[in-house]
Amino acid sequence: MSNKIFYATAGMGKKLQGEALVAKDGFSARYDLDRIKGVFSRPEHKLAGQSYNGRILILDAAKGGVATAWMLYEMAARRIVPAALVLNAVNPIMVQGAALADVTLISGFDIDITQAIPNGAQVEINPEDRPYIRML
Amino acid sequence: MRLTDYEQSLLAGEAGPLRQWAMDHQVKVGRYLGAKDLVPVVQAHIMADTESLGKAGVEWLENWAKLPPEQRRVKIPTITDPRGTDFAAAERMKQQPWMLDLERRAIKAFEAMSVLMTNTCINYQTIMPPVKGEHAAYGDTGVVIYTNSVCGARSNFEGGPSALSAGLTGRTPRYGFHLDERRLATLRINMSWTPRELNEWGALGGVVGRLAGDYWQVPVIAGLDRIPGSDEMKHFGAALASFGSVALFHMAGITPEAERLEDVLPKGKAIREHAVGEQDVRALQKRYINEVDSVDLVVFSAPQLSIVELQQLADLLDGRQAKIPLLAVTSPQVKPDADRMGLTARIEAAGGSVLEGMCFYQSYAREMAEANNWKKLATNSAKLTNIIGGYGYKPALLSMEACVRTACAGGRIAQ
Repeated sequence: MSNKIFYATAGMGKKLQGEALVAKDGFSARYDLDRIKGVFSRPEHKLAGQSYNGRILILDAAKGGVATAWMLYEMAARRIVPAALVLNAVNPIMVQGAALADVTLISGFDIDITQAIPNGAQVEINPEDRPYIRML
Repeated sequence: MRLTDYEQSLLAGEAGPLRQWAMDHQVKVGRYLGAKDLVPVVQAHIMADTESLGKAGVEWLENWAKLPPEQRRVKIPTITDPRGTDFAAAERMKQQPWMLDLERRAIKAFEAMSVLMTNTCINYQTIMPPVKGEHAAYGDTGVVIYTNSVCGARSNFEGGPSALSAGLTGRTPRYGFHLDERRLATLRINMSWTPRELNEWGALGGVVGRLAGDYWQVPVIAGLDRIPGSDEMKHFGAALASFGSVALFHMAGITPEAERLEDVLPKGKAIREHAVGEQDVRALQKRYINEVDSVDLVVFSAPQLSIVELQQLADLLDGRQAKIPLLAVTSPQVKPDADRMGLTARIEAAGGSVLEGMCFYQSYAREMAEANNWKKLATNSAKLTNIIGGYGYKPALLSMEACVRTACAGGRIAQ
């Protein structure tokens, strides 16, 4: 399993490594997070109570409203922010927010990425050229 | 992406650093999402409450607002989504001075950019609905889904930075729902029942949103036995966008691009189908009611109420008295009408509060909960029930009438 690589259809941001926080669930900064504490706060979310700060979030799909486009910037300014976002499916808001906040984002896989990467795995993200996530 | 000479000049900074940033942002977003070029847009609508912006976002706006007028002003009509407060009610809501200060600073920055502070998420009911086929850059998912689906206009979800960019350049990347091929149905919902109450339309939106799953899905609803009105479409669309991140739906024989069901079905390709009935809608509602037997307040918001909804609420409250806070949130365009027509006075005589220009969940809902000891709320908005859990509330989804009876029973849930 180690060094297994999964290619994405699109990416932006910087190449980086870190610890994966994985769930088969959606993502919206407004709906799902307590941004002051840096934890998932929506009780129904599969990561409820867990810290996202500095983790590489691997989730199913971007959800919810437009607020994430500003919120990622605000979270990045306070340095309580995921290191990167890896999603099966994005919506435009996640792309717009990542572009403003300079948060690394990759998305679009030919497998379900939330099933392919174990929670807690060390991974590398490359958003450039041919974007990928690789298990270390 | 192909850029025109004008767009290249913006990218090169010839119209100043703000328009350069805007074009650069649009190119980054457009490239990620596969846009081949940009499309001119007729309006932009910016979501930028300060609970989302935070101090960092407000400072970012203020820095741009210091530019010379010709460099900072928007090029097309650019309006705003609800703000994070109703200044006249802020003390009653126990909002803090720092929140109001941030709001004032953000408003000042937007005004310097010639943004029209409409502060509404129902601009399609109150400001200027787009015409079928027009391209726009709307923020607020409820605005996008209504104008795409009911008006036949064309917009993606444009978050604050992207909507501001569109205002500054007069364009947006041409991807997603600006394209004919993205507007065809990807799933079909066969209805065996038609909702009656607004909360039921919202709950149906929630059910369909969960079935749809992501932004790129376009449900077509078949089998409704009547044409939903504007407020019903509003609640259905807002919940569908909230639960499913969906930006466009069709209703066979009802919405403008689906005069016939076949008009929105992809040629020669089967799409998935789901049967949805009353039991599915009731199940979604029950999930919220089961966890709550009493509430601390009742909220009508998300989306803001139309003048018709305010009249319905005033009628329901006549001769009654709310014993817990009852908040009815509307737009700055509707509120003066409600005042003039006596609706505000009737609602407030019964113990309610009519608030304007804000939205409950966009107004520091977590801090208001802590300051007022609010933990559980009743609402007829399925969208609000979906969002507000993240702010620490337990919501109950009820009809407008049941919400009123609950408020008048001191918070004990009345169904």
